[in-house]
Amino acid sequence: MDKREAQTEQDTGFYVKHKKVYPREVHGLFANLRVTGVLVLLGAYYLVPWLRWEGKQAVLFDLPNRRFYIFDLTFWPQDFFYLAVLLIIAALALFFFTALAGRLWCGYACPQTVWTEVFLWIERKIEGDRNKQIKLDKAPLTNTKFWRKFTKHFIWLSFSAWTGFTFVGYFTPITELGHSLVQLALGPWEWFWIIFYSFATYGNAGWMREQVCIYMCPYARFQSAMFDNNTLVISYDQMRGEPRGSRKKSDDIKVKGLGDCVDCTMCVQVCPTGIDIREGLQYQCIGCAACIDVCNEVMQKVGYAPNLIKYTTQNAIDGIKTRVLRPRVVIYFLILLGMSIALFYSMATRVPLELNIIRDRNALYRTTPLGYIENIYTLKIANKDTVAHRYTLSIETPFKSKLILRDTDIKVEPGQSGVVSASIQADPVDLHKLSDEVKFTLQSIDKPELKVVDEGVFIGPRR
Amino acid sequence: MSSGWSLYIIIITLVNILGCLWLIVWTTKKRTGEAKQGEVTGHIWDGDLQEYNNPLPRWWLWLFIITIIFAFAYLFYYPGLGNYAGSGGWSQRVQYEEEMSAAKANYDPLFVAYAQKPIPELAKDKLAMESGHRLFLNYCAACHGSDAGGSPGFPNLTDGIWLYGGDPDTIKTTILDGRMGVMPPMGAGLNETQLNDLTAYVISLSGRDATAIGRVDEGKKEFANLCVACHGADGKGNMAAGFPNLTDNDWLYGGTPGAIKQTLTQGRNGNMPAHREFLGEEKVHLLAAYIYSLNQ
Repeated sequence: MDKREAQTEQDTGFYVKHKKVYPREVHGLFANLRVTGVLVLLGAYYLVPWLRWEGKQAVLFDLPNRRFYIFDLTFWPQDFFYLAVLLIIAALALFFFTALAGRLWCGYACPQTVWTEVFLWIERKIEGDRNKQIKLDKAPLTNTKFWRKFTKHFIWLSFSAWTGFTFVGYFTPITELGHSLVQLALGPWEWFWIIFYSFATYGNAGWMREQVCIYMCPYARFQSAMFDNNTLVISYDQMRGEPRGSRKKSDDIKVKGLGDCVDCTMCVQVCPTGIDIREGLQYQCIGCAACIDVCNEVMQKVGYAPNLIKYTTQNAIDGIKTRVLRPRVVIYFLILLGMSIALFYSMATRVPLELNIIRDRNALYRTTPLGYIENIYTLKIANKDTVAHRYTLSIETPFKSKLILRDTDIKVEPGQSGVVSASIQADPVDLHKLSDEVKFTLQSIDKPELKVVDEGVFIGPRR
Repeated sequence: MSSGWSLYIIIITLVNILGCLWLIVWTTKKRTGEAKQGEVTGHIWDGDLQEYNNPLPRWWLWLFIITIIFAFAYLFYYPGLGNYAGSGGWSQRVQYEEEMSAAKANYDPLFVAYAQKPIPELAKDKLAMESGHRLFLNYCAACHGSDAGGSPGFPNLTDGIWLYGGDPDTIKTTILDGRMGVMPPMGAGLNETQLNDLTAYVISLSGRDATAIGRVDEGKKEFANLCVACHGADGKGNMAAGFPNLTDNDWLYGGTPGAIKQTLTQGRNGNMPAHREFLGEEKVHLLAAYIYSLNQ
């Protein structure tokens, strides 16, 4: 034991020196699933800002102007309701998938996993697999080592910079952003976010990796609250594997009294969080199933049945009858389905027009020289469509009334909000209540399906 | 803040920060009998809930130290330690002024361009009038109503009846410098009958029948005594000085006999505030054009 190791051994207060994890490369069903996830998710991330739709960037979140373009849809800040619903759906999806099969999100879809996977791939291409990496890190600094490391970090940083650039491309038109970047003529916030996001990517996927999941991520911790004994988890079959031990091909394992685990420690070597799955379910396990893939490979080589490590439930391990499709999962799924349908329906029937009636509050009502009672309203009309429209305004009141508009030609440019002052006039003898509800209907002349209704209040004198 | 309070806050702030630093250093020290990494600490809750010692990586400790360094840097740059103003010179007022001047630089060219155009021409510019409408809603609608139709005490700006005149320059002057309209109270010098008579006469000026309210002829005498100086012998007022015309049956404070009598008895004070300093001449120009456009 050298001096440094002795130091680490004693280092057992609230803090310890971090030990780097060198996950070994793995192939197999679940690795393929994860690579598919990486390609689809990152592919979408890097490509979407470049898509064009009707002459504009297809997906653009224009923060300064508060307009959010997603293909045919233009969202305004008033539409944040949809974002809330979307987040509820995302939360329900997390509940559903976690209750069903544990940390699926962590293992296959989380940005931390997805980007780390790419960084690991780059690292392996340059430094080689696990053993070579460990050797390289222990070796003294030579020219070769320096250039290996330099190349790795250079590629990491370039990839991160592209990631940061793409991120800002969702908020600033990406082609213009590219031109400005080439000329180094970006605004301060664009610089800040490109650099910030680049370093976040480089730091999280290059250096922090599993530490983000273990020490920082709140999801990692609260997902365990959705586990129960029927949740699919990655688990080592202790009954079958133990007692573990190495053996020769000629050995009779019955005689030696050994289980199926050959103690090759491959499952530990591939683990991105550096745990030993054979010790049971641990909070560090991100559910990536790398140990399943590698163990199956080993089992095949030694000629044993596969799935010594597999997706199974706590009940199955304990020999109790297990049911994966239990009420909890079904209910989560039904709510998830209901919310998704509601969101799609609401989006499909969304009218890109908004009317807000704001009643004047400086006076309850006004008496005209001829004795009529008048209430004054400000109408805010938001045209969320991509073309200008002319509108007609009509009212529906429980008493005889007259709508007075200074300018009957109501026209609002696309993506703009118009302000119209209007008043409603009534003969006091027709008013039977202190206040009545009045309905304002705004309808487009050129496109009658654009129609919205808003309610206001008409206040008259005490009788 | 008095220097005593200032000192109190400085001490509390510094003691807290240094206390945090002490706590961080104190917790890093290993103690005898402490559970080793990965072992159970021996603390048990709810019968079976146990705590492991799962230590944080050491670099995490540096994050804590960095927050403390950040705290000191922050307190050096920004005002935070009692009366100390901070080296950066930041204050709410400075920030407000910076933001206002940035907004001015952004929007002023638009208003300057509008201010070059004469009001009658500007009043025909639809886009300009949309801006004017927004300005009106912000600065005028609270009193005059969002349709500029006014309410008791606040003139209707759409009916073509003006107290001070409706030509472009007069409208602009009214907004720029404000107006003070004072009707002095007459109640002290007149008895009830005389007040009724005067009310009857004032109502009759608009061609309304007022015989049930008082003696119009007697009221006319009172009027000649007390009112002609301002409202003129024919009751048509004087627009140059803002004395209202009493013959047009348009009443700023209400045209019922009771309201008119109240006006006579108690007087009225109309106050249109000046906007020269507050809005600046360019915006007032646009507003004047908007109000002018309402009467075209």
